[in-house]
Amino acid sequence: MTAVAPILAAHDVTVAYGDRRVVDAATFEVGGGERVALVGPNGAGKSSLLRAMTGVLRPSSGSVHLCGAPIDTVERSAVARTIAVVPELIQLPFEMPVHEVVALGRLPHEPPFTGLRTTDHLAVAGAMDRVGIAHLAHRDVRELSMGERQLVFIAVAVAQSAQILVLDEPTAHLDIRHQVDVMELLVDLNQRDGTTVVAVLHDLALAAHFFPRVAVLSGGRIVADGAPAATLGPEQIRSVFGVDPALVRLPVGAS
Amino acid sequence: MAAGALAPDLDSHGVAAWVRGRPVVVGLVATVVLLVSIVLGVGLGSVQIGPNETVGVILWKTLGVRIGLDWSAASEAIIWDLRLPRVLTAMVIGSGLAVAGATFQGLLRNPLADPYVLGTASGAALGAAIAVLIPVQIVLIEFGLLHAFAFAGALLSAYVVFRLGGSGGAGGLTRLLLTGYAVGSVLAALLTMAMYVSGADLRQIFSFLLGGLAGASWARLVVAAPLIIGACVLMMVRSRSLDGLLLGDAAASHLGIDVRHERGILLALASLATAAGVAISGLIGFVGLVVPHVVRLVVGPAARRVLPISAIVGAALLSAADLVARLVGDVPVGVVMALLGAPFFLFLLQRTRSSYEL
Repeated sequence: MTAVAPILAAHDVTVAYGDRRVVDAATFEVGGGERVALVGPNGAGKSSLLRAMTGVLRPSSGSVHLCGAPIDTVERSAVARTIAVVPELIQLPFEMPVHEVVALGRLPHEPPFTGLRTTDHLAVAGAMDRVGIAHLAHRDVRELSMGERQLVFIAVAVAQSAQILVLDEPTAHLDIRHQVDVMELLVDLNQRDGTTVVAVLHDLALAAHFFPRVAVLSGGRIVADGAPAATLGPEQIRSVFGVDPALVRLPVGAS
Repeated sequence: MAAGALAPDLDSHGVAAWVRGRPVVVGLVATVVLLVSIVLGVGLGSVQIGPNETVGVILWKTLGVRIGLDWSAASEAIIWDLRLPRVLTAMVIGSGLAVAGATFQGLLRNPLADPYVLGTASGAALGAAIAVLIPVQIVLIEFGLLHAFAFAGALLSAYVVFRLGGSGGAGGLTRLLLTGYAVGSVLAALLTMAMYVSGADLRQIFSFLLGGLAGASWARLVVAAPLIIGACVLMMVRSRSLDGLLLGDAAASHLGIDVRHERGILLALASLATAAGVAISGLIGFVGLVVPHVVRLVVGPAARRVLPISAIVGAALLSAADLVARLVGDVPVGVVMALLGAPFFLFLLQRTRSSYEL
């Protein structure tokens, strides 16, 4: 599926907690400029695979390569300049204005001691604009709704201006309108800026509609990987998710 | 600049926002308060000395400048040998505790954290008490030993609390705080036991518990000041890491921070700043809790602003508290701090709109 040389590649990655193998020898390659959705039932190992692929979790076996180099040999800040991650929802301990939180996305770029430079301020303002939260710049993040907070942390990752954007359920707390907005933002970042996008999604319809490639993770293994028409067919939905395919109306027939 | 570039609409928050955008103004005001409290702290006491004379002696002794005033040898001795070292010691310790408190609050992502919460200060006090019990008579070694043991005690207790309590990640903060409480209780019991077996040294160890600055002297200040100031500067240098760690371990790590490494360094620095102070003054509470709190309310949460301004405010606060302590009749300053600090903190808690999450 990857026509381009992989920018991020997991080979035979196994993540085990005690005896339990959460990810079981999964191989998953992402090419530069791709837009990939990772789907699968709860407990399939999606988050663990992402954590291994972003270098914050050391796999029990297997290897992860970032731009051809083993990720554990790359300095943390260099990884952060290449991969931006939108984590699951974060609680902040103190009152903190949105623009200062978004500015944390510049951490891997800031030279030590000097603080934010003009380019950093521009990147922060640009990221807030693009995600559509410029009007919230001076609000306390803790006063925002769950959905708005989600957008703030997407803006943090956009401000990070990394080649690869990784999102773990970015639409979890959003209403349908914001879900579509975020999906369109991801498409735009991918097509206009060439950002590689990897997103864990629960909503199969969004995955099928907005992503040209959908990988299905089940029981810690990649069981299908390719165009949504092929990977989200009725038989996969029945076997992987255990539901009647008639309940899930996907726009794959059209594509 | 940070807020100015992006903040055309400050009306929404009025004065608070205006102040927040101008940390330099806040810093200047705090510095003026600090200078005034030096002059007041040195001038007031059982023997009153006027501000002219006070400034005259300090300028003459430090810079060799005479400003055309005369003073008695007694005034000079009171100012230079007794009060100035005490005031400066209060200031250095106050800033150390305040900066350490701000760092602990950031590291633990908890506004209730302070140099006491992880048993750090109690560990330092116990270490210092053990150093007092060791029969060494040579003055210089005694001071060195005091600081080394206090630092070792502080670091060890912080380390034990972190190991047993989990690093605080993934909702484990409550567990960490409870662990700190339990370890702190054990340390307090050990300190009591040290008092019990101390015999002739009882008074000195007892004063560690109460927290007082009667033991301040140039000789001790010269040992403690570089440690505390150095640790504070190094914490300020790592401000941005501290900001990043506010987002939690995983997110901080995604922003390029080597979480274990940074947290270890910041913890060691905060422990050092606490321990070097405790070795002289014993346990003084509430500076490390109240000061960062107030500063954060005024200038916002960014460590780049909170740490330096906490240092100045902490210095002014502890020297003022010590002045009160002396004027009331040489009460231990730890008692004054607790009597004034705790009600003030309660007042703050009542006023803050936002909720606190453990």
